[in-house]
Amino acid sequence: MNLSLMRLELAVIGLGIAILLADLWTPERWKRQLGYLAAASLLVVLAASFWMRLPAEGVAYAFDKMFVLDALALFFKRLFLLAAILVLIMSVEFADRIQSGISEYYSLILFALSGMMFAASTNDFILFFVALELITVTFYVLTSFQRGQVQSLEAGIKYLILGALASAFMVYGIALVSGLARTTNFDGIAAAAKGLSAKPVFVAGLLLILVGLAFKIAAFPLQIWAPDVYQGAPAPTTAFLAVGSKAAGFVLLLRFLFNAIPEVTPDWTRLLLMVAGVTILYGNLCAIPQRNLKRLLGYSSIAHAGYLLLGIAAMNAAGSSAILFYLAGYLFTVLAAFTVICIVLRGLESDDVVAVAGLHQRSPFLAGAMALAMISLAGIPPLAGFFGKFLLFKAALERGAAQPAFYWLAGIAIVGVVISFYYYLGIVRAIYWSSPTPEGQPLRLSLVTRVSLVVCMAGMIYLGVFPNDAVNLALEAVKTLRFAS
Amino acid sequence: MSKLLTLLVASPFLGAALVALIPRNFQFVIRLIALLSTAISMALSIYLFAVFQPGFGAEVHYQHKVPWVESLGINYYVGVDGLNVGLVLMAAIVGFAATAVCWEIRERVKEFYFLLLIMTGGIIGAFASLDLFFFFVFHELALIPTFIMIGVWGRGEQKNYATFKMTLYLTLGALIALVGLIALYLQSGAKTFDIVALTKHVRANPIGLGTQHLIFPWLLFGFGILVSLWPFHTWAPIGYGAAPTATAMLHAGVLKKFGLYGLIRIAIPLLPDAAQSWMNIIAVLCLGNILFVGWVAMRQKDLNLLIGNSSVAHMGFVFLGIASFNLIGLTGAVVVMVAHGFLAALTFALSGYLYNKGGQLTLSEMGGYLKRMPFVGAVLVMAMMAGCGLPGFANFVGELMVFFSAFKKFPVATALALWGALVIGAIYMLRAIRSILHGPAPEGHPGLIDAGAIEPDSWMPAAIFHWGWRKLPFALLLSALLLFGFYPGLLTEKAKHSAQQILDVAARVPEKPVTPPRPPPNMRKQASTNPGR
Repeated sequence: MNLSLMRLELAVIGLGIAILLADLWTPERWKRQLGYLAAASLLVVLAASFWMRLPAEGVAYAFDKMFVLDALALFFKRLFLLAAILVLIMSVEFADRIQSGISEYYSLILFALSGMMFAASTNDFILFFVALELITVTFYVLTSFQRGQVQSLEAGIKYLILGALASAFMVYGIALVSGLARTTNFDGIAAAAKGLSAKPVFVAGLLLILVGLAFKIAAFPLQIWAPDVYQGAPAPTTAFLAVGSKAAGFVLLLRFLFNAIPEVTPDWTRLLLMVAGVTILYGNLCAIPQRNLKRLLGYSSIAHAGYLLLGIAAMNAAGSSAILFYLAGYLFTVLAAFTVICIVLRGLESDDVVAVAGLHQRSPFLAGAMALAMISLAGIPPLAGFFGKFLLFKAALERGAAQPAFYWLAGIAIVGVVISFYYYLGIVRAIYWSSPTPEGQPLRLSLVTRVSLVVCMAGMIYLGVFPNDAVNLALEAVKTLRFAS
Repeated sequence: MSKLLTLLVASPFLGAALVALIPRNFQFVIRLIALLSTAISMALSIYLFAVFQPGFGAEVHYQHKVPWVESLGINYYVGVDGLNVGLVLMAAIVGFAATAVCWEIRERVKEFYFLLLIMTGGIIGAFASLDLFFFFVFHELALIPTFIMIGVWGRGEQKNYATFKMTLYLTLGALIALVGLIALYLQSGAKTFDIVALTKHVRANPIGLGTQHLIFPWLLFGFGILVSLWPFHTWAPIGYGAAPTATAMLHAGVLKKFGLYGLIRIAIPLLPDAAQSWMNIIAVLCLGNILFVGWVAMRQKDLNLLIGNSSVAHMGFVFLGIASFNLIGLTGAVVVMVAHGFLAALTFALSGYLYNKGGQLTLSEMGGYLKRMPFVGAVLVMAMMAGCGLPGFANFVGELMVFFSAFKKFPVATALALWGALVIGAIYMLRAIRSILHGPAPEGHPGLIDAGAIEPDSWMPAAIFHWGWRKLPFALLLSALLLFGFYPGLLTEKAKHSAQQILDVAARVPEKPVTPPRPPPNMRKQASTNPGR
């Protein structure tokens, strides 16, 4: 019962409960500021995470090897903490659009964060499922938080129904796999998988789990929920969904494929390649006609899941470390974009691209931040998005020598990137040379939000221009994953 | 290790950072900073070119290497040898000239100069770079500035279409080239992106023939799209037509040469067998450039589209020189690259000036400009003649070397190319001169004043400065063309050693021990490889 390994998660949960309690005694007009308090406390937790030292073997276990703390887990925990801090700052900015219960909003973000942090440390199917459900259920509520707006409720219901369906598939798969392997622990399953991989029931169970994970990361064919939920949910929820939930899905996928069943995964190369290719094309093609900002970013996040699946399909350390780097860059990029969206959409009825038109005149700072985010998402040097894509391409082409299918996938990825340029640069065009929308309100920006945007922009540029440290961190983190070559 | 090149490359970026900090009202200060930073780059590049000994040609000098991402073998590595010293010079001079002609930009000046400086720094860095990764990244730095500059300050109703087409097409080319570069890095087995180290490694352990044939098309077509190789050229005329003057100068003059430089520096030495087998196809495609696009240029009624198509056509000569695969051909290709850089920049600067003063660029509507604008008219005549390949200008030297070298291998193609260069080129260039400059002087049009024309009742010192300053960019580019036209040894003596080394690598000649640099040969006495002198 090594609870001290979980002190970060416990701190976060305690913070969530503390915010709920503080809400009882806080006067009405100060309730918004609880978000800043939560963000500041999370900053302390993030700093504390850098003081956590791993033992000499690089891995520490708790709860009968259910909970693992290694470099991969720490990398993702820090990523989630950073994302949550920036999302909390965004939600303070958004708080005027939530009629009541803003403290519950903050607490739910914190509970979702704790679920993500547990997900980064899973070594057992029980923790896998519990963490996943903790994230998903909190997001059901976060999505439908604007109870007065139909589209928010509708998005929540859609997410609930489809999410429940995906969870049902996954639990069934877990039951089949654990039943056959006689254990829920990943190490045990890895040992048992060698003998069981011929059994169709076992493989069916694994595929069902994959279905559940594909829903989480919004990969084809389970991506239909993403645009509707991204559009309907409040902007900070969408931001956290885009970054945190996706990253959680990917760390679970990495642990599942390369810790639980490393021997079986190479058989699925073709499947992963096809899913990656179709996801990339689907996300990019469907984004072209979009006029709604949040929906556009929803489709683009499907495309990015496709690029990340390239790294998974490569099945080597280069691919997985590329995924980690890409997610780090993606964090800064998407959170910058959504912070700007949050501010710009204040008081507007629709989320149309017209809202950012002429932003360079209304606020050069916000225009620069949004343009930088779009450029980084497109994958243009010298920003983080480019280096992430570069690493993913390199990982895929490394396998290309042995399997020509990877060259095809690289070609599809190129087509996808060129298509994505059209809609990302369309937003840049709207920002810089369209005439401003007449009914836009003056843009008020608090100092803390300004600082968070500067942090995001600095992160994008730093990861793009000086990627060395991040690349080394990522390579270090994926050492615990096992790649059967 | 010398920081000179880094200073050369970094100067525009530092200028951009400064410009970003200055409030937008101080337009004069912003312009001054931009001019100073590009002038520093230009001065350093001229110094570098002047002290570069021809005997140094094959080795890399003024290197600066900083490890960047060790696990991947990426280094910040800049250096010059005979091949790129001329290109760096051309890039820096064109960069300064482009900054100097921007006097017509009056709105959103700060953003314009910021983007211009980033673009300039990027292309200088691309030519100076000796690491595959930085080579690519520096080039891509120009992408978003181009997109925004054409969109905001561009001309014509089609500018949105033009900017999207250009950006997306160039991105496609860049990504295809990126895949080729990554594949090259992976297949060479050298675990580094350093071009010099890669060349050494591949010289000792060549890449397998099948792999070469797999990778070379990616590089050829990726770089080819960037250079507007026929049939992937349709982005160029419309893009240059819509672009503001400075962007068109930098793009047509300098950025286009990036792909050709990549082919010579990277594709040929590292994938020699595949390169040689693709040369026939390159020779055919370059005819598409010279003849087809030349024909299209003949039909143009708008000066910008005419110049745009002509610059695409001139790229065919460089491809022909590369396809010939011998010393004179490669050296000639380098000379055409440098010469055409100056030429394209000059013609776009002139057309930008004419658009500014006259309001439109339709050939039939213009006429008799020579009487109203003697200086600009004279420069335009000289630029057009240089484009036709008149001796005395650098283009003649390069084209002659290319034709001499290509004739043995591709007699038919060379004959057709000659026809395209001399006849077709002459037709559209001379027709343009006749339409614009000769004929009756236009009535009205008070805006048609010459560059630097002195207004009556103006303060004399300011007027004299204005007289010289407005003429400077045109004079600078023209004198570069004339200098290399009359004294091409300055360029060829430096380039031929690098070209010879590349051909040696391609022919699998084993590496010779490094000889100490010879004293600079006496220009007059040495048997010249340049029949143009």
